[in-house]
Amino acid sequence: MSGLVPGLLPGLLPVPVFLPLIAAALAALLPARARAWLGLATVACTAVVVTAITAGVAGLPGRGSGEDALSLALAGWEAPVGIVLRADALSAVLLLLTSVVGLVVSVHALAAGRDADALPSMSSLYGGPAFWPLWLALFAALNGVYVTGDLFNAYVMLELLTLAAVSLVALGGRAGNGAAAAALRYLFVAVVGSLLFLMAVALVYAEAGTLDLPLAAERIGPGPLLHVALALALVGLAAKFALFPLHSWLPVAHPAAPAAVSALLSGLVIKAALFLLWRLWGILGPVAEPVVLQGLGLAAGAAGSIAVLWGSFMALRRRRLKPIIAYSTVAQVGYLVLLLPLTAGPVGADAFGAGEGSGPGWTGGVVLVLAHGLAKAGMFLAAGNLALAYRGDRLRGLGGAVTHMPLTVATIGLAGVSLAGLPPSLGFAAKWQLLTSALAGGQWWWVPVLLLGGLLTVAYTALMVRATFNQPGGPDAEPPARRLPRTLVLGPFVLAAGSVLLGVAPAGLLEFLGSGTGDVTAGAGDAPGAAGDVPPSGAAGGDGS
Amino acid sequence: MTVSGLPELMTVLACAVLVIGLSAHLLVADLFRRIISLNVASGGVMMLLLVLAVRGPGDQDPDPVPQALVLTGIVIMAAVTGLALALARRVEDPADEDDRDEETP
Repeated sequence: MSGLVPGLLPGLLPVPVFLPLIAAALAALLPARARAWLGLATVACTAVVVTAITAGVAGLPGRGSGEDALSLALAGWEAPVGIVLRADALSAVLLLLTSVVGLVVSVHALAAGRDADALPSMSSLYGGPAFWPLWLALFAALNGVYVTGDLFNAYVMLELLTLAAVSLVALGGRAGNGAAAAALRYLFVAVVGSLLFLMAVALVYAEAGTLDLPLAAERIGPGPLLHVALALALVGLAAKFALFPLHSWLPVAHPAAPAAVSALLSGLVIKAALFLLWRLWGILGPVAEPVVLQGLGLAAGAAGSIAVLWGSFMALRRRRLKPIIAYSTVAQVGYLVLLLPLTAGPVGADAFGAGEGSGPGWTGGVVLVLAHGLAKAGMFLAAGNLALAYRGDRLRGLGGAVTHMPLTVATIGLAGVSLAGLPPSLGFAAKWQLLTSALAGGQWWWVPVLLLGGLLTVAYTALMVRATFNQPGGPDAEPPARRLPRTLVLGPFVLAAGSVLLGVAPAGLLEFLGSGTGDVTAGAGDAPGAAGDVPPSGAAGGDGS
Repeated sequence: MTVSGLPELMTVLACAVLVIGLSAHLLVADLFRRIISLNVASGGVMMLLLVLAVRGPGDQDPDPVPQALVLTGIVIMAAVTGLALALARRVEDPADEDDRDEETP
């Protein structure tokens, strides 16, 4: 299989970045109707290319031979100077998630835009025609972060992501409802985070003399410079994905945006900064002193644990749908950071991506990103639909929604099931891996956090679903103020259902993620973790179904 | 070419500028001052990158890569500042929206 692959497939790597970027520039020039179709066509084409890339990555010999990633040196300039694009299993999964969520959100925005002519308030679902160029730029930046192997290029892509995301938040409304203030606050935090990350990049360059990540890992030695760089990257990127003490912008910015944008922000944008942090941890981490790495990991894990509890607690105290869901994102980010302490042990890394993808901790985290991306995007879109139909997302005003919009309420419920990690959802498969990893590594103190967080997730999902029920003894359920077209209702449901159904048979996915280094790790003395990789969740999936 | 100790001094100064910029950004309430202080902070990072271009004592040419990074960084900060100013103007005076016509064709 690999005989065919090297020639053509790496040539596809720039497509997910450049195609949407060109389309974004074009879309800004086109009239509103054409923008939507151009946007949808671009996302669909990119999705096809991404599928091919994923198939290519899956077909690589991998398995520790150093060939577990597709790579392409742009314009023929090789690593020390040039920019190299790379895609391994982790990149492929995130690219695929971006395309799938992007496709559903695009269809959603297109459908909303078509009805906006008759019903102007429909444009509040996606933010009007300006949505399209910004979303395409965002799409390009997300894909760019996932395929780049170059630190500075990653910084540029993160900045493009920030600019597009902030502008999208600002679409959230005319004067008065605070969207501009929320967007500005988001911009400030994100740029401070970027500056700290750029500082880390500069330090790595000072020590290694290259911006290529795998090459830097070979040249750099354990020393204060590397440790400061890792700490700076942790804080800078944590600001961008709203880890606990730096989270306060998120519950303001995400609800202020139009529903389609909230779905993109919570489902996808957060993941880009997280991905970079994992990358740095996976590639540069093994070079650093284990004590320092464990210390940083422990600090991140502690912040993540507080995030899980605080985010869920605050979600329970909100009385509007979108803020509840936004605080839920704060909590879920906490889970994703728990990966750092769980994998901070000495893991042998010999090539790009070798440090990650090892042990159930990494696979669990990646699957959780997938589950959260699908579920949260579906949940935000559904919340937007309810808010439109009932003129606002106050829980008090939603009584009776369950009889009139059962599918939309079911979407929120299903997404909640996956977020809470109830079997047989994908969230369960992910959290099972994290639990296994915590126990295998003797770090039992994360287990109560994982379990309590799940319980609280069920609580705030129940809070949202309960609000849609008919009030006992009250007047009969009110019909919604407006009826929504079927497309708008089905899209979010597909996402939420996907995040549950994928969990029924996660073994293939886990194997794909583990394929990079499964054998190597098993031989490197991390045996309990690696051995427990696939079988338990396969069995668990069986239990659930 | 290089005076001994100059790169070290520049590194310390760069970090000082970054810290001053970030502290001002966090402590000041006025939106426009916050935007300016963010630019000051980015100046610190750019200075650090420029110091990295120094390649040891002697007559060696400076490393061009960090200089290219600084150029890119400046462009990005200009874009960020532009967006921040536009948003700040909306926050300060919600009635002041030039682009209202453009968004409702």
